[in-house]
Amino acid sequence: MVSVQSDQRSDEPLVPSSVKIVIAGGFGVGKTTMVGAVSEITPLRTEELLTEAGEEIDDLAGVEGKNTTTVALDFGRITINPELVLYLFGTPGQDRFWFMWDELSVGSIGAVVLVDTRRLEAGFGAVDFFERRHIPFVVAVNCFEGSHSYTTDEMRQALDVSDTVPLVLCDARDRESCKAVLVRVIEHAMNKLDVMA
Amino acid sequence: MSQHSADWWYDEAAGPMVRPYAMVSGRTRPKPAGDELTLTTQVRAIRTSSDHGSLLVEHLEIIKLCRKPLSVAEVAAYLNAPLVVVKVLLSDLIQRGDVITRDPSRTAVPVDMNLLQKVLDGVRAI
Ligand SMILES: Nc1nc2c(ncn2[C@@H]2O[C@H](COP(=O)(O)OP(=O)(O)OP(=O)(O)O)[C@@H](O)[C@H]2O)c(=O)[nH]1
Ligand SMILES: [Mg+2]
Repeated sequence: MVSVQSDQRSDEPLVPSSVKIVIAGGFGVGKTTMVGAVSEITPLRTEELLTEAGEEIDDLAGVEGKNTTTVALDFGRITINPELVLYLFGTPGQDRFWFMWDELSVGSIGAVVLVDTRRLEAGFGAVDFFERRHIPFVVAVNCFEGSHSYTTDEMRQALDVSDTVPLVLCDARDRESCKAVLVRVIEHAMNKLDVMA
Repeated sequence: MSQHSADWWYDEAAGPMVRPYAMVSGRTRPKPAGDELTLTTQVRAIRTSSDHGSLLVEHLEIIKLCRKPLSVAEVAAYLNAPLVVVKVLLSDLIQRGDVITRDPSRTAVPVDMNLLQKVLDGVRAI
């Protein structure tokens, strides 16, 4: 392996670094829509190969004889500056791909749990996931037309999230609205860091 | 940015998986050079005098894509190939020195205030 950046001018990084934010939530809540609303590129899709049991395949030996399936990941990109790129990854909606959530959330600066008031309970698993891993997250309520209007207290109760978790209303199709959600995630991550310091 | 032809890896008769696996000739894992590749690891091709004669057309495609830095996930998406295959191909190129990588924010470097402030400013600015 070539020794990285050895001949690089200090004011001109050759390879940027990256951070990511995970957009999680149940099936069809608008995760990909949100990624697309803020991404500078049309959301991209890539595929990870899994065994039928849902385990990640990192070994190609004999894989042709196995029953495999693929899980698609959607993601978008925001170039912060020439040295830093932010990626937004939507989680796969189906529950059997939990292990992918792990890969996606490791090293992430924070997460959005997107919920749909017509199926609030679908957000419960995601809330639990990020709480257990101490990953800063905000709950974003995607306000589909005709959705129930709950009070925020009712929603917190239904999702079992405490007052310390920000809860925001949003429209996943609207760029400014999604930007505001991301800002809340980052601010929340900063607050948590501050508390720890 | 142009998406590559959606099925250029795929062999109509033989099914979708044959092409990628044949391509990496059943190789199991990325070589040591590729061990650290995650979804967001940035890779970039550098100009070398290395002989490209032994490279697969897919390797060359990656080198072309990575003239500007891209993440592993982006390379996989533009090539329309499974991540596991792209990691093998990338690790070949890293080993050869045709592609370099860096990702200090991955695990070893903690997420600090300075980094978060930059991300915050960047998101506010879009
Ligand atoms: N009316 C309305 N429709 C929305 C909104 N957000 C998303 N949709 C639509 O809801 C559908 C699902 O949105 P997606 O963004 O694909 O949801 P997802 O969470 O990525 O779905 P999966 O990846 O399949 O779990 C799409 O048809 C969107 O156009 C919204 O705020 N209002
Ligand atoms: Mg989606």
